[in-house]
Amino acid sequence: MFPDNLHYSIRGPVNDFIEMLVINYGWVFKAISHALLQSVLLIESALRGLPWWCVIIIFMVGAWYSSRRIILTAAVGMLLFLVGVLGLWDLTMQTLALMLMATIVSVLIGVPVGILAAKNGFVRGTILPILDIMQTMPSFVYLIPALMLFGLGKVPAILATIIYAVPPLIRLTDLGIRQVDKEVVEAATAFGGSPIRILFGVELPLATPTIMAGLNQTIMMALSMVVVASMIGARGLGEQVLNGIQTLDVGKGLEAGIGIVILAVLLDRITQGFGKTRAGGASNG
Amino acid sequence: MGKIEIRNVFKIFGHQEDKALELARQGLGKEEILSQSGCSVGLNNVSMTIDPGKIFVIMGLSGSGKSTLVRHLNRLIEPSSGEVLFDGKNILDLSPKELRKFRTHHISMVFQSFALMPHRTVLQNVIYGQRVRGTARQQAREIGQQWIDAVNLSGYENKYPHELSGGMRQRVGLARALAADTDVILMDEAFSALDPLIRAEMQDQLLELQTKLSKTIVFITHDLEEALRIGSEIAILKDGELVQVGKPADILNNPANDYVARFVERRPVGVGAK
Repeated sequence: MFPDNLHYSIRGPVNDFIEMLVINYGWVFKAISHALLQSVLLIESALRGLPWWCVIIIFMVGAWYSSRRIILTAAVGMLLFLVGVLGLWDLTMQTLALMLMATIVSVLIGVPVGILAAKNGFVRGTILPILDIMQTMPSFVYLIPALMLFGLGKVPAILATIIYAVPPLIRLTDLGIRQVDKEVVEAATAFGGSPIRILFGVELPLATPTIMAGLNQTIMMALSMVVVASMIGARGLGEQVLNGIQTLDVGKGLEAGIGIVILAVLLDRITQGFGKTRAGGASNG
Repeated sequence: MGKIEIRNVFKIFGHQEDKALELARQGLGKEEILSQSGCSVGLNNVSMTIDPGKIFVIMGLSGSGKSTLVRHLNRLIEPSSGEVLFDGKNILDLSPKELRKFRTHHISMVFQSFALMPHRTVLQNVIYGQRVRGTARQQAREIGQQWIDAVNLSGYENKYPHELSGGMRQRVGLARALAADTDVILMDEAFSALDPLIRAEMQDQLLELQTKLSKTIVFITHDLEEALRIGSEIAILKDGELVQVGKPADILNNPANDYVARFVERRPVGVGAK
C-alpha cells in the first residue's frame, strides 16, 4: 500500500476553483455561450430553412468542385437523399450545424496556433504536450466543468467537440508550414518579402494540402463526438442513437448510426478532394 | 552603382560563438577551433572588394564557405563579426524594413536548386520582386514578359515550374533576378545542377546579357572551368579563408599557394586560355 500520509488530493482545490469561476466570472461564460449559441442557431436555421433539394445541390456542387468526379458527385446526392428517405433529415441538419460550428471555431483556433507553433520552438514545446492531454483525457472529464460553466445544451457540446477535434488541425498546420521548402522561403526573403507576405503568399498556400488533411481529421473526430455531445443535451442524430440504446430500440439506433456514417463519408470525401486538387498543382515543384 | 566591400567578416556556427571568434582572431585554423570550442567556422576574416559592372566569381569546394559568404551580401545570414558595405553603407545597420527595401531595389539572387514557387506560374514567379516592391500588376507583367522573352522562354509564361525542364527552370530563376531590376545579382551555384551542354548555353547567355546590362554579378561555383570562363575576377576560398583574389590569368600563372596550384593543374587542357 502507498503510505497514507503522502496522500494529497487535488479534488478540493479544483472544485473550489470551478465554483469560484462560476460565481465570479459567470458573465464571461454567459457571453461566450450566447455568442456561440446564436451562431449555431443561425447555421441551423439556414440549413433547415433551405428546401431539402437545395441542400443536396449545395453538397453536390461542393463534391464536384473538390473532386471533379461525376460518380462521386452523384453518390453524394444519393446518400443525402437516402438520409431524407430514412426520415433523418432534420436530425442530420441539426448535427451538421453543430459540426460546422465546431469546425469553424476549430479552424479559427487551430490554424493560427499551428502557425505560431511552426514559427516558434518554445510555443511548439508548450503546445504539443497540451495537445496530447486534450486527445487522451476522457471527454467526460471536461464535459462536467463545461456543463457547470455553460449549462446544458449545444454550447458545452460544441466546446467539448472542439477540445477533442482541434489537435490534429494544429499538428498538421505546424507540420505543413515547417515542411515548406526552405529554399523557396529563402528566395522570397531574398527578394524582399516581409514575413507576413511570405506567410500568406508562400507558406500557407504550399502548406494547404497538409492543412486540409488536418481539417479532414478534425471533422472526422468532431463527428465521432456527436453521441457524447447528445448526452449533455445537444439534439440531432446522436440523441437518436442514445434514445435507441436507452429503449433497446436497435432499429432506431441503427438508423441514426447510418445517418452519422453518411454525414462522415460526405464530409470526408469532399474535404479530401480539396486537399488533393491543391496538391496536384504544387507537387514535385 | 553596386560596389560591395566586405571587411573582416567572421561567421561562426555553434553555441560558443564568442570563444570561437576569439580563437579565430588569434589566427587559428578551422580544425583547431572546432576541437577547442566545438564551433565550426563558416568564414574566417574575409575581406574583399567587388567592383561594379563585372562578373566576380567566388570559387571553392563544398564546405569552403562560399554559399555562406554570398548570403552575407544580402544579409540572409548575419555575420558573427565584421562589416558588409554596399556603395559605402554598412548593410548590417539597416532596420528590417530598410533591409527589405535594399533587397527589392539593390540586390537579387539566383539559387542552385532554382527555388521557384511551385504554386505560381512562370510569369508570377518572375514578377515576384516587382510585386513586392509595389509595382502595379499590369506594369509588372509587362516587365516580366520582357525578361521572359530575354531568356528565351516566350510562350511559357503561364506554365507552372513543375512543367519545365531543369534548364528552363533556371532561366525562370534568372529572369526573376533580372526582372527585379537590381544593381547586383547573386548567383549561388546557379548552373551547377544543370547538365554540361545546357550549362555552357546558360554561361553564354549570361555573358551576353552581361555585356548588354553591365550589372554587378557575384557568381559562386566549385568549378574552375566555369570560373575562368565567365569571371572578370576570381576569389578562391578554402575552409572559410580567402586564399587568392585576382584576374583569371593571375590565378593561372601565379597561384598564391599549393592549394590553388593543385586546382589549376587539374584543369582540363585548353580551357581558360582567353
